[in-house]
Amino acid sequence: MNIQTLNEIKAKVQARKAGLKHEVCVCAGAGCISSGALSVLEAAKKQVKDLGLEKEIEIIPVGCMGACNQGPLVKVEPTDTVYQKVSVERTPVLVERHLQHGAIVDDMLLFSEPGKAASSKKASELAFNSKQQKIVLSGCGTINPEDIEEYIAADGYFALHKCLTQMSSEEVIGEVKHSNIRGRGGAGFPTGIKWETVYKYVSAEKYVICNGDEGDPGAFMDRSVLEGDPHRILEGMAIAGYAVGANRGFIYVRAEYPLAIKRLEIAIKQARKLGLLGSQIFNSEFNFDVEIRIGAGAFVCGEETALIASVEGKRGTPRPRPPYPAQVGVYGKPTLLNNVETFANIAPILLKDGEWFSSIGTPKSSGTKVFALAGKIANTGLIEVPLGITLREIIFDIGGGIPGGKAFKAVQTGGPSGGCIPAQHLDTKVDYESLASVGSIMGSGGMIVMDETSCMVAIARYFMEFCVDESCGKCIPCRVGTKEMHNLLSKICEGKGTLQDLALLEELAPYVKENSLCGLGASAPNPLLTTLRYFRDEYIAHIVEGRCPAGECKIAKPAASLGAH
Amino acid sequence: MPVTLNRASQIKEIPATDPRLAKVNLAIKQYQRRQDALIQILHTAQDLYGYLPLNVIQHIARELKMPPSRVYGVVTFYHFFTLKPKGEHMVVVCTGTACYVKGAQKILDQISAGFGLKVGQTTPDGKIGVEQARCIGACGLAPAVIIDNEVIAKVDATKIVDMIKTKVGAA
Repeated sequence: MNIQTLNEIKAKVQARKAGLKHEVCVCAGAGCISSGALSVLEAAKKQVKDLGLEKEIEIIPVGCMGACNQGPLVKVEPTDTVYQKVSVERTPVLVERHLQHGAIVDDMLLFSEPGKAASSKKASELAFNSKQQKIVLSGCGTINPEDIEEYIAADGYFALHKCLTQMSSEEVIGEVKHSNIRGRGGAGFPTGIKWETVYKYVSAEKYVICNGDEGDPGAFMDRSVLEGDPHRILEGMAIAGYAVGANRGFIYVRAEYPLAIKRLEIAIKQARKLGLLGSQIFNSEFNFDVEIRIGAGAFVCGEETALIASVEGKRGTPRPRPPYPAQVGVYGKPTLLNNVETFANIAPILLKDGEWFSSIGTPKSSGTKVFALAGKIANTGLIEVPLGITLREIIFDIGGGIPGGKAFKAVQTGGPSGGCIPAQHLDTKVDYESLASVGSIMGSGGMIVMDETSCMVAIARYFMEFCVDESCGKCIPCRVGTKEMHNLLSKICEGKGTLQDLALLEELAPYVKENSLCGLGASAPNPLLTTLRYFRDEYIAHIVEGRCPAGECKIAKPAASLGAH
Repeated sequence: MPVTLNRASQIKEIPATDPRLAKVNLAIKQYQRRQDALIQILHTAQDLYGYLPLNVIQHIARELKMPPSRVYGVVTFYHFFTLKPKGEHMVVVCTGTACYVKGAQKILDQISAGFGLKVGQTTPDGKIGVEQARCIGACGLAPAVIIDNEVIAKVDATKIVDMIKTKVGAA
């Protein structure tokens, strides 16, 4: 492989697309597939073929377009028209009216409702899209994830070529440092510094690991990127390998994501075939190959030392740090471990430069962040926004607010490690420091919206139950502490709690936070602590008045009121 | 609780004619008997058997030259692996946060009322098994249920029992 071949492939694909009357992208993300997108894809292909139009109309499956609850989604180019809820029955209408006769089908447009037209015919002008900025997701929804040539046509692997032929390892690391990008797994450690640390350790063997163990319930960003644009991750990992001096990489993916695994397998095969993975990439001295490791359902494996144990085929229990994986990682060798979304940002940073990236977002939190919007919100799905945007803009402008005329109560970020942010903090900026200041964390990107019918004590219990289940059992503060906190929360939910229980919870939570071995235990009390901080009255109502203000908990009889004599 | 001892001598060997054994062996060979590939090999074995019988665990341990206790330890650590046979038809209810907020518990309650099944249980005839998943990543379509590997989006709790009956009847 050399730059000529890369350019030829790009030119070939672009010429083919230029000759098309329409390019039709059918969303084949996991969400739309479960809404029937694959049958729509087949039906549309068949009809176009029957009409003899397959030369001028290309129909391809693409990755997640974002508006998951309106699926299956179909995008028709060049008019930037996105149709929602396209069923097999509705497909013929779409093909006939738009593809054959060029007329936009108004009542099927994205976010149109019966009797109410969509706010814009162009998808990019919709409120859902206009505040978004896509870097990580730039290929999701526009390219066929199972075709490496489409990724190359979208400037794929050009950044790798630039690094291998024009830049030294130090220069690559310098650019990443300059971009100011911070780890997208949630903790926000500066990526460039991590790379530099691994680079500085001298070892004949080093490894790069991509953490795709997206365990937070309510998060599906990494899944969408792996499914929708797998080559972007491979390219990011290869660049990282070159920068830190590693020749082997592992992608650790959850077993719950079979489609992501399948698309990665295809991508790795294609990249090897073109010589973009393997030995002497772009005729340089650099060799790099990637292997997939499938997880087996353990939340704690998202923690880096536990993940390394799991890659080695062992029980995924964490170990104390230091030494950090940058020094002693997989097989005892220096290992660079980054999240899927971090790797997805690497190729764009190197293709442009660090300066460009650092100009997006805020000075301390640069770039964009992908969020998975879910829960009691009108537009559920996947979004990518510049950091520094407010929660209000995300929930009300992009997310369309709370459905059913209900009132907003809280938004949960960061999964079981994060917290619930109430209405009075809706104008908080979304960046690492601001979210921490209101008691939550950036986390990996799950954002669950709750309305007035969601009980905050019950949600705290839900997350605690999750942590009880997922605690690996190695250290006592986490193993016993989460269990005890769960018992106390259950008591309160059932209306059997006392104010003493509440006091005990408040004593226990900081203890577990400070004394647990790894991040799981250290962050397990967060949902409890934030709900206690912002919704203490709900706890009191359960205990003293024996009622659940949200009406969610089933309290059989009024609790033995402490105030009554 | 009574403790069952699984003595190596009591575990029945896998018959050499079992076609699945050849496939397990192929996976072991592909990974060059590397101990670090244990989890990947266990995935292959569970795909073939539907669960991980003790004799398969013992076989893999022997082939990878590691103590069976270590393999057993890995199997019992990860939620995905199971030592018990699953139901012929599997209903997996997602209880991730989004599904929880949108009423996953109601779905579990309905299944419990309709089939008498709690999470992790299988009907006495072995037809239907119920599991829960900690987020399958279909949060935009919550609440979600997987019936025999097919993701069902925006499930109506009141209809889940009939839906399962139709699926199982049709299969």
